[in-house]
Amino acid sequence: MADFKLPANSRVTTGKTHGAPANVSAPGKIRQFRIYRYDPDSGANPRIDTYAVDTGRCGPMVLDALIKIKNETDPSLTFRRSCREGICGSCAMNIDGVNTLACTQAIADIRGDVKIYPLPHMPVVKDLVPDLTNFYAQYASIKPWLQTRTPPPPDRERLQSKEDQELINSPSACILCACCSTSCPSYWWNSDRYLGPAALLAAYRWLVDTRDEATGSRLDDLEDPFRLYRCHTIMNCTNACPKDLNPARAIAATKRMLAERRL
Amino acid sequence: MSQVSRPLSPHLQVYRWQISNTLSILHRLTGVALALGGLALVAWLLALASGQAAFAGANGLLGSLFGQLALVGWTFCFFYHLCNGLRHLAWDAGRGFDKAVARKSGVVVVAAAVLLTVVFWAVALTRVVA
Repeated sequence: MADFKLPANSRVTTGKTHGAPANVSAPGKIRQFRIYRYDPDSGANPRIDTYAVDTGRCGPMVLDALIKIKNETDPSLTFRRSCREGICGSCAMNIDGVNTLACTQAIADIRGDVKIYPLPHMPVVKDLVPDLTNFYAQYASIKPWLQTRTPPPPDRERLQSKEDQELINSPSACILCACCSTSCPSYWWNSDRYLGPAALLAAYRWLVDTRDEATGSRLDDLEDPFRLYRCHTIMNCTNACPKDLNPARAIAATKRMLAERRL
Repeated sequence: MSQVSRPLSPHLQVYRWQISNTLSILHRLTGVALALGGLALVAWLLALASGQAAFAGANGLLGSLFGQLALVGWTFCFFYHLCNGLRHLAWDAGRGFDKAVARKSGVVVVAAAVLLTVVFWAVALTRVVA
């Protein structure tokens, strides 16, 4: 059942403030970054630390500022990052109230203080690092691989037409950053049973793959009041996706496939 | 590594209210309000069946300022739930999922619900007065 309040050990307190450097590059270049911190070793509640960043001496993206803070101000600040160009999905976090990738979110596009939290309603390992174990297990549960019964042609691969390929181009572009699933209130309240938009988009990708021969059993697995039907078309997922994909549309199409096979 | 109970990251507390999630929760809240309004309607009919005094009492309650405000609120709930229900119907048919379209349809639904509420009461009040 939905619990709208945070548990006692998760309530956020006010932390330290790290002031501006002495010589600022230009007036008005200082931006305040208010960042969620949680130290598992201390056992203390999470807190919000504030860092003044000279954006005149920093790259344009939120990830640049996080790296600058870690390098120059506070080496204990912990976050995931890798590619810095929006293809690995590691630096997914809640920035300015919505989930996105820190590496593709420009600081200049945010008004006021830059508020940064880990992906919402997730167990926090440390600072901005959420525990994605359940999220990955849900992805694995939809069997994200090609399932066939017929043998492949002996002399070539299983070919697809251009039109067939276009069906899976968009859902295949998912980088599993978890921005969509952790933006979904339905996933917040039911992540133990509801698969969430990311896993359902992946399921759809295999449902529409013309080479896959397990469509029936894939649909059987999804036909469940919780696994699929906790989607109430809130659309936060599609609004959050940093790759501009549309999990909401894919889920609706999956529901239609289930409805149509009963006819 | 010791398995301390990890804190839960903030969710409702920090997530920005957008058209998407705001109208979604409004759909559910208006649904609840309609159910309660349905009870009020049944109570009004029961009063009608119970005789003149009970009916006059029920009408007095509904005709009071509070009652009238509740009725206006209830009709807004009805029209919003109806219009957004049509939006959901389009979604179920696989239409209107583009981000820009979903945004626009949300604005249209709210505007239509307000307009229908105003028109409904304009007609109802002129008929009552006339």
